[in-house]
Amino acid sequence: MTDPMLRIRNLRARVADKEILRGIDLEVGAGEVHAIMGPNGSGKSTLAQVLAGRETYAVTEGEVLYQGQDLLALSPEERAVAGVFMAFQYPVEIPGVGNLYFLRTALNAVRKRRGEEELDAMDFLAFAREKMKLVAMDESFTGRSVNEGFSGGEKKRNEIFQMAVLDPRLAILDETDSGLDIDALRIVANGVNSLRSPDRAMIVITHYQRLLEYVVPDRVHVMDNGRIARSGDRRLALELEEKGYALVQEPPAARSGGETRR
Amino acid sequence: MTPFDRSLREGFSLLRRHGGADPMPALREAAFARFAELGLPTTESEDWKYTSLAALAEMDFVPAEAKADIAEELLQGLWTPPVDGSIQVVFVDGHHRPELSSPAWSSGGSFIGSLRAALAHNRDLVARELARHADFRRDALTALNTAFIEDGAFIHLPAGAAPQSPIHLLFLSTASRGATLSHPRNLIVAGRGSQATVVETYAGPPEATYFTNAVTEVVLDEGARLDHYKLQQESERAFHIALLQVSHGRDSRFNSHSLALGATLARNDVRALFAAEGSECTLNGLYMADGKQHLDNRTLIDHKSPRCTSRELYKGVLDGHSRGVFSGRVLVREDAQKTDARQINKNLLLSEGAVVDTKPQLEIFADDVKCAHGAAVGELDEDALFYLRSRGLGREAARSLLTYAFASEMVDLIPLAPLRTRVRELVTSRLPDRESLREAA
Repeated sequence: MTDPMLRIRNLRARVADKEILRGIDLEVGAGEVHAIMGPNGSGKSTLAQVLAGRETYAVTEGEVLYQGQDLLALSPEERAVAGVFMAFQYPVEIPGVGNLYFLRTALNAVRKRRGEEELDAMDFLAFAREKMKLVAMDESFTGRSVNEGFSGGEKKRNEIFQMAVLDPRLAILDETDSGLDIDALRIVANGVNSLRSPDRAMIVITHYQRLLEYVVPDRVHVMDNGRIARSGDRRLALELEEKGYALVQEPPAARSGGETRR
Repeated sequence: MTPFDRSLREGFSLLRRHGGADPMPALREAAFARFAELGLPTTESEDWKYTSLAALAEMDFVPAEAKADIAEELLQGLWTPPVDGSIQVVFVDGHHRPELSSPAWSSGGSFIGSLRAALAHNRDLVARELARHADFRRDALTALNTAFIEDGAFIHLPAGAAPQSPIHLLFLSTASRGATLSHPRNLIVAGRGSQATVVETYAGPPEATYFTNAVTEVVLDEGARLDHYKLQQESERAFHIALLQVSHGRDSRFNSHSLALGATLARNDVRALFAAEGSECTLNGLYMADGKQHLDNRTLIDHKSPRCTSRELYKGVLDGHSRGVFSGRVLVREDAQKTDARQINKNLLLSEGAVVDTKPQLEIFADDVKCAHGAAVGELDEDALFYLRSRGLGREAARSLLTYAFASEMVDLIPLAPLRTRVRELVTSRLPDRESLREAA
């Protein structure tokens, strides 16, 4: 049997003295879309950040295999060129750095690694324009700095646009739906759906079921207090919508050390 | 007596002996006497609190050769204005070098050439303004420059003159026989409604030790406009001290862009005086230091008259064990109603060992004014670094790109395209991953 795209075993991670991931087990195969839901503070975004390589979090136990290789041994940039992509919950504004320049630099780093020829500015522009259509970004976007002065919706569309350009094997979308109105949500969801592919795995992190009406997941996992509390198919998302997160939450007495959650 | 004092005395007596045709012996003597009284400033002085000249005091300088050779590579590596009708005036170790310069330019009453030549031919005009603006009585280094005036650039633009091409003043040091000392003295007199762009470049061969002590006086008549650029690219062992003193006539405009990259120790002082109402000045500066460099920037905007506007933005990028200083004073005097002044200083520290001292000073004695100032010191944003790395940029490339992004605001403010390109190259050449930044903008 071939390795799944992503295999996480007993992953534990902490920031400073606080343990946030308390033993995650998860397998995502190529072509699959997995949704990860859960209340605020359950560790969803931490999981995304750990997978992308954020150094703020210290992994204390467990392993993460990406296409059979030790993902945790790679730097963030090595993960990116190996095909891991995270759409940020809060995309960073970088005044003074051109959106397209930045993305071309990133793409060429990825292409170099894949043994492909680097794209010059002209070829890249033509390529990028095609991808911009996926998320309905207009021409004015090409002349702006990375996320500078973008509305919330534009920032999220920019993340999906970057994903389309970089063509990752594993995409992690961290609350890409948060702060979007219904029109923006549709645009983003359409972009995501058009990027579903048999050789790509996606992890869609969301607080609400709403996004999953548009991006229909193969599996749904619910996190609580640093663990995956329940897994199921898309019906689990609907059940949560109805009953709320109380469905998965442990009674307070069962929590480790009575930590206060923020 | 320090070795520095001794070499000054020897230099001065040499100048006295050979100065038979000296057109301004009285000024020279007065300035030297004043320097002797003031002495080289120490950190005890409030104005020199952050910058110590102790290393300079220990230097023993030798007089420069009159015609030192200049390495072709050095000249090649420097900015030259676009070819068509360009005007370049070159000085080597303080001496004018006509064979390296464009022919002295004088048409329709304009003059662009050497101060020495101008003193011989147009003495009255020079004497009327020279040393009338940069005050040697107060400032020791200005006194020293004035005592040692030998040459420099003289630019005179009569009413309405507007040379198309930028005027490039190039000051090269050779340190060919040991550590040399030069005192370039420039005078720019811009007549009513005239307009020009002047670039001053200071450079020397790598690892050469020398001291440049320059003074530039700018006199703007009513409605005159001057865009002034300074590219300080001295050798990493050089000392560089300079004063740019601007005197504004009514409704005049002055834009200054200062780029400080070189020297082991540099101090760049820009002072603008609003002597009449309705004028505007913009002082922009970028200083980038590494290793053990010490780059001191000092500005004074003297709002002496009403209805004047000043804008000031200085940015510093400090790496290694370097030290940056920004000391900006805006003085709004009692009569300067309707003053509009804004001053900002931002610094980026790239290493644990880098230090910056920033001291904005706003002194307001008028009541109907609009003034603002701010200073900031920060490091590269970790979130932005992670964002870039998560897209595949290496750590160094990401740091370079963010550093460039910080500095690029100052590059983008340069309206003259060829110079903007040049400054962008100079800025990126200071960043670790310059290859990937080549097309950044």
